[in-house]
Amino acid sequence: MTTGADFPGRMPAAFSATGSSSFAEFLQAAAPEYLPGRRALPPGDLSHASAHATTIVAMTYADGVVMAGDRRATQGNLIASRDIEKVFASDMYSLVGFAGSAGIGIELVRLFQVELEHFEKIEGTPLSLHGKANRLATMVRGNLSAAMQGLAAVPLFAGYDLDSREPGKAGRIFSYDVIGGLYEERDYDGIGSGSLFARSALKKRFRPGADADTAVKWAVESLYDAADEDSATGGPDLTRGLFPVVMLASADGTVRISDAEVERLARDVIGERSDYPGR
Amino acid sequence: MAMQFYTSPEQIMRDRSEYARKGIARGRSVVVLSFAGGVLFVAENLSTALHKISEIYDRIGFAAVGRYNEFENLRAAGVRMADLRGYAYDRRDVTAWPLANVFAQNLGAIFTESTKPFEVEVCVAGVGASPEDDELYRLTYDGSINDEPGFVAMGGQSEQIGAVVREHHRVEADLEEALRLAVRALGSVGGEGGAQRELKADQLEVAILERERPGRTFRRIRGAALSALVAPAEPEVEVVIPDDAPEAESTPAEPVPAEPAEDIVDVEEASEKDGGDEKS
Repeated sequence: MTTGADFPGRMPAAFSATGSSSFAEFLQAAAPEYLPGRRALPPGDLSHASAHATTIVAMTYADGVVMAGDRRATQGNLIASRDIEKVFASDMYSLVGFAGSAGIGIELVRLFQVELEHFEKIEGTPLSLHGKANRLATMVRGNLSAAMQGLAAVPLFAGYDLDSREPGKAGRIFSYDVIGGLYEERDYDGIGSGSLFARSALKKRFRPGADADTAVKWAVESLYDAADEDSATGGPDLTRGLFPVVMLASADGTVRISDAEVERLARDVIGERSDYPGR
Repeated sequence: MAMQFYTSPEQIMRDRSEYARKGIARGRSVVVLSFAGGVLFVAENLSTALHKISEIYDRIGFAAVGRYNEFENLRAAGVRMADLRGYAYDRRDVTAWPLANVFAQNLGAIFTESTKPFEVEVCVAGVGASPEDDELYRLTYDGSINDEPGFVAMGGQSEQIGAVVREHHRVEADLEEALRLAVRALGSVGGEGGAQRELKADQLEVAILERERPGRTFRRIRGAALSALVAPAEPEVEVVIPDDAPEAESTPAEPVPAEPAEDIVDVEEASEKDGGDEKS
């Protein structure tokens, strides 16, 4: 009997397997070495092995969701990167950011992006927003043993729900814990070491149904507050021209706010705070 | 012990070829061609759900004729291979030729090894920076691979269809001209007594790889955007005049000029048509 790979020229059986539209499941059969969380790790705490990425915030606004992340990664007491990017478009209508071990987080985001595109191409139709959120939970879960040894990365997922019946409430936010628990959040949320301060800032500022400009400004301002209190979160870097990455997802797709626009808003925030910076 | 009759390898291969060719000839055809704005795929397909044309990767498209379950299997394998390469290396490292090569090897192996060959013909197309850089590969049931720059016609009576395209094909053509040519070529066969058939938008499946678009270049053209492109230059406008309407309002509206690429609207209509059209 032929199983597929034995005749010269035939593709390995995993390539023509039917019934799965998942890229991660395909990788498991065809090339498991590319799956995060499937590598043997030496025993002990490995948290010092990778740079740590920090604060990400997301909030809903009238037309969808906005997500923003600072640009700093730290390793112990040192700054590992001043210009790392931690917020990405996962597909046409959704955004993903991560906090924690940078190497794991970047791999997680890349795999998630391919997973969504792969499903869309195989099935001819994209996953629902909740389907995407669930897929991401499975991937986080796959990294559990590494996470327990200090190599944890946690994503924040937000998107525009094309199936929503109320266009004004189509923006949705999902947060995760290290073991892959999935929680849908209302209005706004943050992850990473500075998220406590960013969320506190948003608690006072946030109002449902704001327009895009206002929501982007609130996001920049909340990251400013996080950087003010948390040494692992980077504030706007005026000398180097480095500002948070801010992205929107709405019915028109995803878009990254230009650096010039974020700089203008960051300077506004700094100007307003100069009157009384707090103590 | 049962008696084994000897059949010559020539005879076996000939029988398999004939079997595959018959299966392919029963289906409707596909035309793939280069034009100024990219690569155009046009298939005669009544189903809006069972696609003959699909996306493989950023700049690679796939078109097939023949048995649906067989080319669908190849298409899924192509998507998996492309996504695996793009993930392991970089998106730029996924190109049309290696993919066509793997399909050819696979088809060749199935043809030699299995009792029944795949009854399919496949086109793998890659869009380049200019029409001269476009790659169009035509693969047949026995694993033959042909590099056919400019255009590919596949399916039953593909030679007649190819002849029409060859005569009028220009790579400088815009989308509208290229689409009209493809539709005319597809309609040149199968008419009663050799007459030209007029194909309507709902009989067509159309997609392009857009040359200038960054990232994923594959776009389906359907619904109103497709109707506007396919319709004749001066459409007959049927005007229904209600009894109480004044006479002056009966002037037909100006036909709206079609703007290619800008007005691609996704109009997905639930298809009530025969879903199991395997040889479509």
